Amino acid sequence: MNNIIAMPMIIPLLTGIILVFLRHNTKTQRVLSILSSIGTVAVSLVILHQIQQEGILRLDFGGWLPPYGILFVADSFSMLLVVTTSIVTGILLIYAFSSIGQQFEHMFFYPFVFFLVAGVNGSFLTGDLFNLFVCFEVMLLSSYVLITMGGRKVQLIESIKYVTINVLSSWFFLMGIAYLYGTIGTLNMAHLSVRIAEVGQGPLLTVISLIFLIVFSLKAGLLLYFWLPGSYSVPPTVIAALFGALLTKVGMYALFRVFTLIFYHEPIITHTAIGVMAILTMIGGSVGALAYNDIRKIVSYNVVIAVGFILAGLAISTEIAFQGAIYYLIHDMIVKALLFLLAGTMIYLTGKTKIEEMSGLIRNYPALGWLFFITMLSLAGIPPLSGFIGKVFIGQGAIESGSFALLIVAFASGIFVLYSLLRIFLNSFWGETIINEDDDVPLKRGMLVPCILFAIMTVAIGIGVEALAPYVSDAARTLMNPEIYIEAVLQGNR
Amino acid sequence: MKINDVILQTVTKIVVFIILTFGVELFLSGHNNPGGGFIGGLVLSSAFVLLYLVHDIETVHKGIPFDFKKIAALGAFLAVGTGIGSVLFGNHFLTQAAGHFNLPVFGETELSTVLVFEAGVALTVVGVVVTIISTISEDV
Repeated sequence: MNNIIAMPMIIPLLTGIILVFLRHNTKTQRVLSILSSIGTVAVSLVILHQIQQEGILRLDFGGWLPPYGILFVADSFSMLLVVTTSIVTGILLIYAFSSIGQQFEHMFFYPFVFFLVAGVNGSFLTGDLFNLFVCFEVMLLSSYVLITMGGRKVQLIESIKYVTINVLSSWFFLMGIAYLYGTIGTLNMAHLSVRIAEVGQGPLLTVISLIFLIVFSLKAGLLLYFWLPGSYSVPPTVIAALFGALLTKVGMYALFRVFTLIFYHEPIITHTAIGVMAILTMIGGSVGALAYNDIRKIVSYNVVIAVGFILAGLAISTEIAFQGAIYYLIHDMIVKALLFLLAGTMIYLTGKTKIEEMSGLIRNYPALGWLFFITMLSLAGIPPLSGFIGKVFIGQGAIESGSFALLIVAFASGIFVLYSLLRIFLNSFWGETIINEDDDVPLKRGMLVPCILFAIMTVAIGIGVEALAPYVSDAARTLMNPEIYIEAVLQGNR
Repeated sequence: MKINDVILQTVTKIVVFIILTFGVELFLSGHNNPGGGFIGGLVLSSAFVLLYLVHDIETVHKGIPFDFKKIAALGAFLAVGTGIGSVLFGNHFLTQAAGHFNLPVFGETELSTVLVFEAGVALTVVGVVVTIISTISEDV
């Protein structure tokens, strides 16, 4: 019995509920939310450590044994993501304190952030496909609220697209679950895996797997990313950072889980499809990142490129590639949050959104300029920053399995990432300053500190990768060998 | 123009109580039969919506001075709280317990923690539905 593994979902959920009652009490809301974030991080670290000692942990809700009950399963892969999610949220909350404003704080901003985190952590932890759907919905409903919060006209325009596409994909998700239950008769992921291995993944099951591919691609922004740049560039900075850092990652996690644990018997169809989609995503994302002059659009397209890059790791499907993908997932959550914060801070300071309208920012705000420089290098994968190790492993996996098309596109996309960010750097930070000494907006310390914390994390992960390695290799080993997961969940009673 | 809705108002006075009773009945029968917190909550909230339709929002708020958003949060708290409760007693999360008690009026009665969980669900449904309906009506 491991009640502790439900805590990364329960703590945020409970905090969110309590904060609803403290609507007008801003100060208490802030204190409670920081305490709760620290608590979640601590609990998640304990669980991650415990997994290394005792193997994969599971918790049967209400004592109902699998495959009949619903359960949470914590393996290294999901816990690494839960830990990163909790840390990123905590730091983003610090940024929110100084930027989001009274109006949002009174309109249930903090509760919905916590409901979002509860949904995200729940999705990472659940061992049941229908429960995954429920956690997805918890996350999406909170994101609907957060994206419309403030109610500006552009937000409402983009949120209609966002809500429509997500309701549609949720419907597809539900349909896929119904098909799967109709053919296999179970929804426990480990049990599904066992039964599909027994009956063989025939054409019918492969088609069902493609439905799941479409659903999760919509959520992750794999090829079907048309909704993403618009809706990620309208909400306030901290909400956009939360979306950019967390939401697509949940879709990617689901893709990894489903196509390594359940539908891994027909890689020629499913994994090739993922590979082709990843290539197209990286190309499309690169074109988008270069095409726009709006800094928020450039940053959003950078999210798209990363999605393609990480799922290239899934398409290659070797242990090395999985390791690379996991490293890159962790790195991307941190650095994308940082990138969105920096972009938002630049817009806050200048009041402009186009890169050619800003100039010489590094003279007025040197710290901001250097932080952007670090972010750029980290995203490009320059050692010793955190992006490097993931790229190396994915590259190594691609060479070993002979997927040269993926290799070339993946590394070319890195150059486009670098170029698109260099364009921002050259246009906005270099050159003559347009802000004179008298009327420059002071950079609040509450905005700078979170950015510095993220920058420290990306450097620390890059340098201290050795400390992270045992967790990541354990996670990749579990992804590669589904029997470990199945054995931990079913423990022989199939 | 003022609409003459004397008949509607008079009928509502009685019907609201029938609906509320039916909602509670559905809620309680959910333990072993069709029904339960969600359905009971929906029926209960339909009573409130009927009140909103017949009278205006201000009148209803004077009679029922609750913030329905907080009622929803209270319900969610109760539901999660029963889960936490089982953790405090050293059981699996969301484990439910039941026992037979000798109550003064009802005699031998089965009481269970599921009832608290379901009450939470019902309150959440009532809170959310009424909030949605009243928000839409404020918009127009």
